[in-house]
Amino acid sequence: MKIIIPISKAKELARLHTLKLSQKTIFGTVAITEFFTDFADVIMFIIHLVKETFSRKFEMREFLKQCFNIGYKTLPLISVTGTIMGLVLTIQSRPVLVRFGAETILPGMVTVSLLREMGPVITALICAGKIASGMGAELGSMKVTEQIEAMEVSSTHPMRFLVVTRVAAATLMIPLLILYADALGILGSWVGANIKGDVSFVLFFSQAFSHIGFIDFIPSLVKSFFFGAVIGLVGCYKGYNAGRGTESVGKAANSAVVLASLIVLIVDMIAVQITDILGK
Amino acid sequence: MKTEQLELIAKETPKKSSKEAVIEISNLYKSFGSQEVLKDLSFKLFDGENLVVLGKSGSGKSVLIKCIVGLLRSNSGIINVFGQNILTLDQKELDEIRQKIGFLFQSGALYDSMTVKENLEFPLKRMKKHLSKTEIDAKILEALENVGLPDAIDKMPSQLSGGMRKRISLARTIVVDPMIMLYDEPTTGLDPVTSDEISLLINDIQKKYKTSSIIITHDIECARMTADRLIMLQDGGVYEKGSLNKFEKSTDELIRAFFK
Repeated sequence: MKIIIPISKAKELARLHTLKLSQKTIFGTVAITEFFTDFADVIMFIIHLVKETFSRKFEMREFLKQCFNIGYKTLPLISVTGTIMGLVLTIQSRPVLVRFGAETILPGMVTVSLLREMGPVITALICAGKIASGMGAELGSMKVTEQIEAMEVSSTHPMRFLVVTRVAAATLMIPLLILYADALGILGSWVGANIKGDVSFVLFFSQAFSHIGFIDFIPSLVKSFFFGAVIGLVGCYKGYNAGRGTESVGKAANSAVVLASLIVLIVDMIAVQITDILGK
Repeated sequence: MKTEQLELIAKETPKKSSKEAVIEISNLYKSFGSQEVLKDLSFKLFDGENLVVLGKSGSGKSVLIKCIVGLLRSNSGIINVFGQNILTLDQKELDEIRQKIGFLFQSGALYDSMTVKENLEFPLKRMKKHLSKTEIDAKILEALENVGLPDAIDKMPSQLSGGMRKRISLARTIVVDPMIMLYDEPTTGLDPVTSDEISLLINDIQKKYKTSSIIITHDIECARMTADRLIMLQDGGVYEKGSLNKFEKSTDELIRAFFK
């Protein structure tokens, strides 16, 4: 059966259809333009950051203050998570290994897991939550309350004073926090192994360290520097480029955590691939 | 001619003839996207005068002084500060010019993570590198005494009231001995008594530090107390300029809306 539509209605339908198509094209174009603008912004931010990092006037005092804030003030959180990480990993793995009579490889297995993957990634994700959000919120509120502009008119480069110091401090302190979390994780693992079994401290550690080599340690140390740089960079970028209203402070903090966590996982995936290729 | 009439003529005549311009703005344009904020704006700030800039919210007053200090880059025009065009300076030259300009932000812009003393030390250590620790301490104390808050030296900004924050912010601005002061709505958000105190402080600073000032405001009491000369901005350009007396007696509807 043929459906007959009056010409005027057909014209109207065609017009609406064209309108919808052009709207979609416009929205698509805007989204693509925004993406490339943001990308260019990030590149410019990184170039500016690198340029300021290697300028002669390094703000050493502010850098040390940030090292204290990022490193020392995160210690309690990392202590708890590091210990729990090792403890839980041991308690979960032990029954399976006992079933196969491979209980003796437990310290080595847990230590390798902690050093290679669990320690760096979980610590970095926790640092992304605490440090990146803190930087995003702090710099965001400084922007909203004109403190960054006040710095600029005081002949101080905000990028050098606020961003370079924070990114450098995060790049240096987060690997140290990761090493600390790894150490506590192994200690937690020994505690976990002693909850249901009986392993001496010396035996546990000699078994643990007999299973690890530089290939377990060096790549994870290298990637932890990248984690630190990513967390500092994303936190500062989001805060430094926050909008003018107070709601933008919350947005900056929130997006800093989300983006930093995502990039940490992506960097980890790339690092694992590179390690795998180099290890062959 | 009667003495009263002579006085009136003297008040009507801006004090510019004998003084040179420290800031000279010509044909300034500034837009954000398609929104034009400043359009062909031209005026001068003369040495030692308090120039009050009036205008409705969104008329481009704050944008204007941010362009003067180089925080915002104008699209075209000339901003001469002490004879140097801000728009053609490199970063180092801009930093040198900025050392001669004090900027009081609308929000005060005190650094939240620093004490009052550290807030005042911050610009001093960067702009007056030759000063010793003792000289820096003496200058901080002097600036705090000038704003009447020497006891607040060890307080954090969060422990200060709105008026105190404004005063400390003013102290941070004058501590580096600026030659030009730019005030961005100095009395906004303050009660009438504190507003008057801030206005008096502006006059004290002008006398003591021999500064030339641009005071952005829509607080008429502040304008009355501080202005040597006024300009009113409207639609991105100068709508009216002249003495306080001229503004007070104007029959123009927009000006009357301010001077009711």
